[in-house]
Amino acid sequence: MTFRLLKYGLSRDYPVSGDIPATPELKPAYDVVIIGGGGHGLSCAHHLAKYHGIKSVAVLEKAYLAGGNTARNTTTIRSNYITPEGIAFYKEGVELFERLSQELDFNVMFSQRGQLTLAHSEATMRSFHMRAEMGKHMGTRTEVVDQKGVEELCPLLNMDYGGPLEIIGGLWHADGGTARHDAVAWGYAAQASRRGVEIHQRTEVQGFEAVGDRVQAVKTNRGRIACGQVLIATGGMNYDVALMAGVELPIRCYPLQAMVTQPLKPWLHTLVSSVSLHTYLVQSSRGEVVIGGGSDPYQLYSTRSTLDMKEHLAEGAVHLFPFLQGVRLLRQWAGITDMTPDYSPIMGASPLTNLWLDCGWGTWGFKATPVAGKRMAQTIAEGRVPDILKPFALERFETFRLLNEMGATAASH
Amino acid sequence: MKLLTCPMNGPRNIDEFQSFGPVRARPDPDGTADREWSRHLFRAENRKGIVVEWWRHVPSNYFFLAERDLVSNEIIRTFDASQLRDRA
Repeated sequence: MTFRLLKYGLSRDYPVSGDIPATPELKPAYDVVIIGGGGHGLSCAHHLAKYHGIKSVAVLEKAYLAGGNTARNTTTIRSNYITPEGIAFYKEGVELFERLSQELDFNVMFSQRGQLTLAHSEATMRSFHMRAEMGKHMGTRTEVVDQKGVEELCPLLNMDYGGPLEIIGGLWHADGGTARHDAVAWGYAAQASRRGVEIHQRTEVQGFEAVGDRVQAVKTNRGRIACGQVLIATGGMNYDVALMAGVELPIRCYPLQAMVTQPLKPWLHTLVSSVSLHTYLVQSSRGEVVIGGGSDPYQLYSTRSTLDMKEHLAEGAVHLFPFLQGVRLLRQWAGITDMTPDYSPIMGASPLTNLWLDCGWGTWGFKATPVAGKRMAQTIAEGRVPDILKPFALERFETFRLLNEMGATAASH
Repeated sequence: MKLLTCPMNGPRNIDEFQSFGPVRARPDPDGTADREWSRHLFRAENRKGIVVEWWRHVPSNYFFLAERDLVSNEIIRTFDASQLRDRA
């Protein structure tokens, strides 16, 4: 470091090195084509190259890297779900986040500050007891806390004693945390491209050439690519892309809106979420308070924002922390979420033998970026779905074996 | 504020309405296999384009239908459910 400082400190010839190389020419064929240059696709590319020795990989991104839901989510990392299958999967996701900065040699600013979910009713408390017991059984740190416990964890909360939205307890998830979303995507992209993975930005998939039950080639705006295996990991566009291959996913698309306040000094030391208010808050490392909630109330393929949803989020945030009332909003945005009927993702095989799905990530995908990439890479490399992913198969809807995570997902992330 | 024109109550703030999703043909309860039931239950229309969907005006509890563009969010028309029955 010191030598480089001396050598280049006063020179005009400092070698600029970007983490992600410019988009190369498309080759006629790749072993693996990953559709979607967001966190999940890049994570899969990294795991394929690093752990499975598969380096003939092209990641195709319609626009720019990690500009979809990877950039639009609210960076909640947690494993306090309800089903044992869900908890086992998300627990591995949290564990991968715990060592992700070392894995990627890239600071993803993971901050394991814990998540506090609030109950305003006895019914919510009962669901918290169930989640806490399931969580403990599966080896995560999840416990129910009473009013005193809530006040100790987050002293600035408005408890609304005697009011209609009195906080009567909470679910404390010490494993919960947050990380810098862009850094996660860039870290994976940098590692993957260093190992030979090609990242093709502004490369839009326009169709598939299938022969029998196999995808022979992917057609893009930059030409045709023959492919060994294909992964669909396109977030809000998953339904659309899968449909091009003749696969109709049980997905409905809804916008999800969020916003951030102006930067404030650090005051919110946990992630806070209220099920009844459909509002959750986290303070970013820049001091901005990120405020999110549930999806829009009706289906739409648009990232437009509405004043109604912003008022709703502001109302929830100001109720929980009344001193936020004078704080200004800095930015607001929306993403398109691919919601499944049971609020669990769809991972694994498709009706086509070499087309794999990493879809249905709805409003809960960021936390699974490392684990979904790792397990989908294993699936593609071995040609079979590992046990941990089997419950998330597309077939579960036909066999009525749903993984209902609605109560642990809807607006409580 | 986005307006939705209710066939009974006229143009109202869309906040007063609740969406019940795209209209789906009801399968024959006696002669339908599990696979088709699963399809009926879990696969609603989600193609980019125009959908016909159920809406409810919450204060009056009146159910009706709307044709809406899933990309532009333009509400093309709204109509009483009897028209759907007549069309079928």
